[in-house]
Amino acid sequence: MSEVIFANEMDEEMTLNMGPHHPSTHGVLRFIVQSDGEIIRKVTPDVGYLHRSIEKIGERNTYPGFMPYTDRVDYVAAMFANECWATACEKLMAIEVPKRAQYLRVISCELNRISSHMVALGAMAMDIGAVTPFPWALREREYINDFVEELCGARLTYNYHRIGGVSFDMPKGWRDKVLRWLDNFDPIMLEFDRLITLNDIFVRRLANVAVITGAEAKDWGLVGPNLRASGVEWDLRKADGYSVYPELEFDVPVGKGQFGAVGDSWDRFWVRVEECRESAKIVRQALDKIDEHPEDDIAGKLPKKMRPDGEAYARVESARGDMGCYVIGKGAEEPYRVRFRTGSFTAMGIVGAKSPGLFLADLVALIASLDVVAPEIDR
Amino acid sequence: MTPEAIFKRLQDELGAETVFDLQADPAKTKDPWFKVAPAQIEKVCERLKDDPELACDYLECITGVDYPTDKKIVVVYHVYSYTLKHRVVLKCFLDRAAPSLPTIVNVWSTANWQERECFDLLGVIFEGHPDLRRLLLPDDWEGHPLRKDYKEKDDYHGIPTVRPNPVELFQIKVPGKDKEGAKAS
Repeated sequence: MSEVIFANEMDEEMTLNMGPHHPSTHGVLRFIVQSDGEIIRKVTPDVGYLHRSIEKIGERNTYPGFMPYTDRVDYVAAMFANECWATACEKLMAIEVPKRAQYLRVISCELNRISSHMVALGAMAMDIGAVTPFPWALREREYINDFVEELCGARLTYNYHRIGGVSFDMPKGWRDKVLRWLDNFDPIMLEFDRLITLNDIFVRRLANVAVITGAEAKDWGLVGPNLRASGVEWDLRKADGYSVYPELEFDVPVGKGQFGAVGDSWDRFWVRVEECRESAKIVRQALDKIDEHPEDDIAGKLPKKMRPDGEAYARVESARGDMGCYVIGKGAEEPYRVRFRTGSFTAMGIVGAKSPGLFLADLVALIASLDVVAPEIDR
Repeated sequence: MTPEAIFKRLQDELGAETVFDLQADPAKTKDPWFKVAPAQIEKVCERLKDDPELACDYLECITGVDYPTDKKIVVVYHVYSYTLKHRVVLKCFLDRAAPSLPTIVNVWSTANWQERECFDLLGVIFEGHPDLRRLLLPDDWEGHPLRKDYKEKDDYHGIPTVRPNPVELFQIKVPGKDKEGAKAS
């Protein structure tokens, strides 16, 4: 009798509900997993729990008035949505940004990139089962939060960038503090490598798991670190050379498949680790070069009335890749249409296609390695 | 390639009734765009992707825009080429009463979710889409919020969508208003 039941159970597909409040889902999102034992047959992501209709809100606010809302597009890396909205408006209204403001933008964004990657790396290690790296990473993030707080008064939703510039210049002594922290940060990244990135257990756990080839990554519109981990050498900071990035020297880390195939989960982890180092390099150079430009020249000349007519699409390289903002103006104080294109949204799209055949535990690794942030998916 | 050159190349290959009306006036638009006949969008996208001189392998963004005064819904495609580093903007003008056009999921897989989002928020039907369900809103949501004439319902399954004004709810005295009231009395 028991054998019969056992046989029936073996045939049956199991439907598992992962989320919306699952510790490894990085926000509120849900997966309906159909699995045969431990092997996944099908995954249906169910998103939208954090949909706040940012695009509709944009249609109701004035151009400068929408800036604080853009923080909420991606609250782990809010600086980039700020920058993206500012850039789109500047492109639409042909506003020049002073050099010093551009440097401040680069510094704030790169600091934010490090802090965002720290969450991504720490959380990914924790999802895999290594708890120690998470507080290590968050400790560094905490320093950056303090710096940004001194810069603009907020720790999470910054509202720092303005159309045509930034809101505040660096406070006195801020540069030395950041430089001192950067001196400590480089050895800490080496330690971080020894602790987790090159840890044998960690490497074996992630190598060859959920491999995304370069062609797949392009087809599914993956951007940023996820795309570069798949071996596609493309960075908007290099390709478009927006802001003052052409004046700064940095490398673009690309996944090489050091322990498995190119584009496996470990590559996605490693690319983020390397990007933190590159960002630190950029911050150093930018802090060095910023004094070539006069102090307090941080706001561009704005038109008296912001009532543009026309449309523009601007892009920035955010912590989660190419972030686009499409804005249409129709001669009113409010934009006619605002659209945000985010990296997490397209990254989430590939989960359904990549997961059949994976182990259940590897689904967690795949989601964590894509570094999706739920509010950025839902906006 | 410049957008103008891409436009010309597509027009020569596919005909002036498929690809037409290039807008490149910098006062009006910062990114030149051209119109595509909605029924032909998949063909145009295939050309964009497969032609080695165009090689557009990255679909950046699908946006829907509602123009009630013109009775049109416009679907905008931003396309980029990683190898050749050029960008194209395509627009499909659809009838607002029954907006529908063929899907391009077969050309770029990333269109899958972006088209679902466009359907969800604007009600554009993508014919031939493998899984055209609502993405961000609940399945039983009524209406498409990004349409200009969308009116938010007062409640959703008994959950009110409008919050009472806290000033009125807790009878908070606003100093400025009090003075005005005192003056009036």
